[in-house]
Amino acid sequence: MLIINCPWCGARPEIEFRYGGEAHVARPADPAAMSDQEWADFLYNRTNPKGLHAERWRHIHGCGRYFNAVRDTVSDFFVTTYKAGEPRPDIGESGQ
Amino acid sequence: MTNRFRTHSGGRIDRGAPVSFRFDGKTYSGFKGDTLASALIANGVHLVGRSFKYHRPRGFLSAGSDEPNALVNVARDAARMSPNLRATQVELYEGLKATSQNRWPSLGFDAGAANDFVSPFLPAGFYYKTFMWPAGAWKRFYEPKIRAMAGLGVAPTLPDPDRYTQNYAYCDVLVVGSGPAGLAAALAAAESGATVWLVDEQPELGGSLLAERTATIEGKPAQQWLSDTLATLAAKDNVTLLPRTTAFAYFPHNMIALAERVTEHLAAPGADLPRERLWQLRAREVVLATGALERPLVFPDNDRPGVLLADSARTYLNRYGAKPGDRAVIFTACDAGYRTALDLAAGGVAVVAVADLRREVHGELPARALAAGIDVRPATVVTGTTGRLRVSGARLAKIKGGPSVDPVGASETLACDTVLMSGGFTPSVHLFSQSRGKLVWDAASGAYLPGSSVERERSAGACRGITGLQRVLEDGYGQGEAAARASRDASSPARGATPPPGASSKSFPAQADDLGTDGFIGATPHARNPAFTKAFVDWQNDVTAKDITLATREGFRSIEHVKRYTTTGMATDQGKTSNMNTLGIVAEALGESVPKIGLTTFRPPFTPTTFGLFAGAARGDQFDPVRKTAIHDWAAEHGAAFEDVSLWKRAWYFPKALPDGRREDLHAAVARECKAVRSSVGMFDASTLGKIEVVGPDAAEFMNRMYTNAWAKLEPGRLRYGVMLREDGFVMDDGVVGRLSSDRFHVTTTTGGAPRVLAHMEDYLQTEWPELDVWLTSTTEQWAVIAVQGPKAREVLAPLIEGIDLAKEAFPHMSVREGTILGVPTRLFSVSFTGELGFEVNVPAHYGRAVWEAIFAAGQPFGITPYGTETMHVLRAEKGYIIVGQETDGTQVPDDVNLGWAVGKAKKDFVGKRSLARASMSAPDRKQLVGLRTTDPKVVLEEGAQIVADPKAPVPVPMLGFVTSSYYSAVLGHSIALAVIKGGRARIGTRLSVPMPDRVIEVEIVEPVFYDPKGERLNG
Ligand SMILES: [Zn+2]
Repeated sequence: MLIINCPWCGARPEIEFRYGGEAHVARPADPAAMSDQEWADFLYNRTNPKGLHAERWRHIHGCGRYFNAVRDTVSDFFVTTYKAGEPRPDIGESGQ
Repeated sequence: MTNRFRTHSGGRIDRGAPVSFRFDGKTYSGFKGDTLASALIANGVHLVGRSFKYHRPRGFLSAGSDEPNALVNVARDAARMSPNLRATQVELYEGLKATSQNRWPSLGFDAGAANDFVSPFLPAGFYYKTFMWPAGAWKRFYEPKIRAMAGLGVAPTLPDPDRYTQNYAYCDVLVVGSGPAGLAAALAAAESGATVWLVDEQPELGGSLLAERTATIEGKPAQQWLSDTLATLAAKDNVTLLPRTTAFAYFPHNMIALAERVTEHLAAPGADLPRERLWQLRAREVVLATGALERPLVFPDNDRPGVLLADSARTYLNRYGAKPGDRAVIFTACDAGYRTALDLAAGGVAVVAVADLRREVHGELPARALAAGIDVRPATVVTGTTGRLRVSGARLAKIKGGPSVDPVGASETLACDTVLMSGGFTPSVHLFSQSRGKLVWDAASGAYLPGSSVERERSAGACRGITGLQRVLEDGYGQGEAAARASRDASSPARGATPPPGASSKSFPAQADDLGTDGFIGATPHARNPAFTKAFVDWQNDVTAKDITLATREGFRSIEHVKRYTTTGMATDQGKTSNMNTLGIVAEALGESVPKIGLTTFRPPFTPTTFGLFAGAARGDQFDPVRKTAIHDWAAEHGAAFEDVSLWKRAWYFPKALPDGRREDLHAAVARECKAVRSSVGMFDASTLGKIEVVGPDAAEFMNRMYTNAWAKLEPGRLRYGVMLREDGFVMDDGVVGRLSSDRFHVTTTTGGAPRVLAHMEDYLQTEWPELDVWLTSTTEQWAVIAVQGPKAREVLAPLIEGIDLAKEAFPHMSVREGTILGVPTRLFSVSFTGELGFEVNVPAHYGRAVWEAIFAAGQPFGITPYGTETMHVLRAEKGYIIVGQETDGTQVPDDVNLGWAVGKAKKDFVGKRSLARASMSAPDRKQLVGLRTTDPKVVLEEGAQIVADPKAPVPVPMLGFVTSSYYSAVLGHSIALAVIKGGRARIGTRLSVPMPDRVIEVEIVEPVFYDPKGERLNG
């Protein structure tokens, strides 16, 4: 069981958290202005990288906060976590 | 029975404490400190099982957790029967009852052994080949037969009466394995002040030292050093010693799962003790000191009872005082055979000969064997054994060239009653591999060794290929020091670092035999007809060398494929004794090097683990949390039947006692309850509805964005039915929302949807619109909710309420007021899920039962009737009100379920709005909610039944939709159903068919509102 570092609470076991999908996929400011294809891209298409992946987690059985993390999808280990709204740390695009 | 094969003295058994036990109905005696295996061996019993596939007689192969053959059932009583226990790990206690498995009618005569003679028809992959024909025979014939023949043990059928506990723990340094490396590591870490856990699967700590006869450490006999060291460790407050504890799984971030067997070894376990404990231990640093496993040699008939691993035989002799036989032939590819030969000779066992696979034999141990007069034969193989239920002789032959060249010259059969073999030692890298560390092939020692680590762990001693007692001890001490140092440094690398060689600050002068790294991998040569010989690689799954070469001839090249095709290494022992020999045989057959063949993955558990350990306390009433409302006990006292709705217990219906003493059935109760609500008044516990308080200056704006409806103009004091979509436009939840003030909404959700809705709201609030000043609070459990429904509802409630004018004009349908009921603060809703005049009384949960009882009493003049969820369902279906999750399945937009009116089309945006604009979301052939009437009014459709236009159409018959809700309406006098049907609204008035297994039911498509379509009753 992984230990995940909540930016608000510190290191806590994985069972306290819930995964929230890819990070930095902002809801468009004006959905009505988008084409069906652009909207479908926002809704359904994700990067699914082999390597470093920025993703959302929620400390659902703790402080309740959503935050972001960079996890290596090859090793399953977290590289870093950061608060929602902060930019993705500059640690490259892919792992290994 | 006498212990004829017991030595006169020595060993770690307590000769003053005899123990009586039973095996297959026969009584034997052993001593405290024996395992079931050592006690049976001391009694001369080697035949303990029948093999999995061929039902061949089998004896003990090893003395530890790697044992593939000696699986037994140990029973304390009918409920406490543990099948498939390795006799080598079962500790003897007074009165122990064990039975062998997989034999019928008896161990000595087993009818299934006929399989051995038809074995040409049971080759590798026989599951896939033989049983494919004729069609259908697998299920009817082959599978039941194979299951009966190829069984392991039988599980008890009674509930497990024992307790199992689960614990979390933390330490600085976990040391797995208490042999010399583990002891030294624990010592080093403990001396540095770290909190240390030392765990070992065996009942005694000490590992290989427990079988040492002549070795010395720091000038003391090894076993003296062991007890001194254990005393030193036990005296330290920072050390936890756990014998009988298997580290069976290595999870990420150094979470190690430990199975501690607490009472298995006790004759009369106290009721206060759990049978087993599961420890989920988080260690800052882990030292793996898991030792090495001896490899068998793969030669014909190497599975006869009496054929054992050489070092296991030495363990039986030195540790338990149990001789494996009177006359031993030893077949070895390394010096371990000589160490065993010397100990056997000293223990009074005649060593007939040592056949050494190696061409040349030199070194200290062989020299000592020669000096002791032992018949040492280099470049010699065993090509077969004689005997049936016990080995009676070994065939020896000289080889020329190397091990892979066929033997030449005639074979000679030597009489013996035990054959002891050693193919060298395989480092036990199971846990390292489970931690996802990378294994590397070490050509020098012919073994896979731990390479780079992923976790904060290091290996020490034999499990990383180090030999020689002194080097092992010093490596252990060095790794223990390094682990303790690293545990103090939070920034030390979590992964990627290769453990440094043990740089011990302490030396451990020791005198012991160094076995080196000699050994053999693969099948040893013989010149016998392969059609009539079986040289076993995997004892537990009955896989022979021939099966593996056959698989390679049939084109299997990857070890992962060979493994699955032949099933080698796939038994419960996970191939502890077979994996390396399999690799060797495949490599030889393919003409490749061993590392080219690859290595199969090691997976948890290291040894089989009980279900009880995983279940812990989570069974029976504790299996799942149960949520009960404040009114639950009242309902139970009034005879309610309950149903589970998510974790809630909900009153389903309230069957009345009949004059004849029986109780109403569901249909009678529901018919009565429905009529009461429609004609007078009923009451319903709606407390399980999810409730969320949405508060803040931006609460209305937030609601606007989360729900399809327009909220800005909803006045405080009014209610509105809200529809929530996911961003993909599909209905996610619904519920009535009350606006209490400009900045406060009382939101209700479906019973099962409450957590999901709150998480959905939190997601948008925290991550998309953090600028909105809104607070969300779950209030589901704060409020008890009592629905009072029916034409008399106002008359029942009015006398109890203060501070709220219940008059129709002052408190119209879909309003909320705050006041008191019997002095208890209430949020009173005028709302209906029945189609009748109705109210929902929200009171603080602690007052729920008192208020419920007061309303019940006040309603008596009107015959107030408590009703359950079934009546609620019928009443709402009569009105065509949907239930999210019943009429919807996550693919309905609001218009599909006739909720288009709830979508604020003028709103610029809300979650899901853009998706609704896609053309396909308003296509005319979408499935739409309609009502169904059966031609025969008594026929009640099955929910989930498919609806078709022409049941006689060629298969596949086009499916137009399905029934979502279906009931008999006692009020209307006919059945009713809701359904979603393609283009359903345009089909109203037409007829379709519902094909069932026994008949076709004709239905008419109708409007989904069956009762009071104009809604006149709502305003009472
Ligand atoms: Zn947190």
